[in-house]
Amino acid sequence: MEKHIQTPLTDEVVRSLRAGDKVRITGVVYTARDAAHKRLCELLGAGEPLPFDMRGQIVYYTGPTPAPPGRPIGSCGPTTSYRMDPYTPRLLAQGLQGLIGKGRRSQAVIDALKARPGVYFSAEGGCGALLANYVKSSELVAFPELGAEAVRRLEVENFPVEVFCDCEGNIYSPYL
Amino acid sequence: MSVREIDAARLADAVARLYVSACLHLSPYVEEKLRDFGNPYIIENFETNGAIPLCQDTGMAAVYLEVGQDVHITGSIPDAVDEGVRRAVRDGYLRASIVTDPLRRTNTGDNTPACLYTDIVPGDRVKVTVVPRGFGCENKARIAMLAPADGLEGVKAFVLETARLAVPDACPPVTIGVGLGGNFDRAAYLSKKAVLRQGPNPDPFYGALEAELYKATKKFSLAVNILTAPTHIAGLPCAVSIGCHSLRCASEVL
Repeated sequence: MEKHIQTPLTDEVVRSLRAGDKVRITGVVYTARDAAHKRLCELLGAGEPLPFDMRGQIVYYTGPTPAPPGRPIGSCGPTTSYRMDPYTPRLLAQGLQGLIGKGRRSQAVIDALKARPGVYFSAEGGCGALLANYVKSSELVAFPELGAEAVRRLEVENFPVEVFCDCEGNIYSPYL
Repeated sequence: MSVREIDAARLADAVARLYVSACLHLSPYVEEKLRDFGNPYIIENFETNGAIPLCQDTGMAAVYLEVGQDVHITGSIPDAVDEGVRRAVRDGYLRASIVTDPLRRTNTGDNTPACLYTDIVPGDRVKVTVVPRGFGCENKARIAMLAPADGLEGVKAFVLETARLAVPDACPPVTIGVGLGGNFDRAAYLSKKAVLRQGPNPDPFYGALEAELYKATKKFSLAVNILTAPTHIAGLPCAVSIGCHSLRCASEVL
């Protein structure tokens, strides 16, 4: 059975999710991948404000292809999450509560999810054409010079994910 | 002996066409394997209308040219290949994923340059193959300079260890390409070629090894393909490349 959740997340919603749950997300998610994570943490290091309020938000690790005419976004599947591991605990400490990507996370990220509490979702890797159908709009938020790696605000509807790591540190993947 | 002339502009056109096509459509061979594997999301993904790329990582373009020794390409081959990539990215709405320098990391903005490989072969044709290699799987490749004493068991252990480290980070079901022998770089090159091989291994010894390794990985793999080359008395180079389920490749002959 699928669980339907809305963004922004709350502690109550996060605590209701278990590793292996199939979940549909509706609301706003923010894109950020390698270069954007580095920039966000540099802003934090310099004591500067972040381009969006992270409290309760979900970050989606994706770098979409350019939107062809008549579409809100191009192909937009998840990128591999472990490359964001060095930055993720810091963003969770800013209030970030959900992550979407693919693949394993470090123990430090799992511990930070337990502390927040937060949840790490896995989207189906390599299915960017399909996942684009669940994105209703895309708006540039920060770092336009990063191109595909810029931070974008996506409105998603029934976006399909699976809980890879829940807030108790349980892990699920059909391939492990 | 006459030499056939081909304008480099034709090469640019072919690269542009093949790169877009490879990003939008899988080969019937790969589609059939994925249908057999049965993940409904993946099947639905390649059954979409072909308007946007199958995967947002449209890769670093690996371009393989098999150039007949009786062909002369007029104009710059590397420039023509990069022109083809540039046009594909612009007109096909592919992603610009290449940075100028590994540490200073400024995006080139047009996904150039390609990784260009050339082979000289008999004949007067040019075979152009474009492989959009995403880095989700590229990052999972490994190489071991094994010793001859490591033998078959050493090879099996290294292949299986690499495959298990690759998933679920790279997108399963993966195709596992093994390059055995040659030298350090030849083994890596062969492992990439092995990912793209279609059909059975003509050597029954390696066919049986592929079947054994596939059996151990079939929960998350489509195939294990092995390519070999003669090697040195002191070595047993073993490279493993991973192909994600979006196993994209397109070729044509000029």
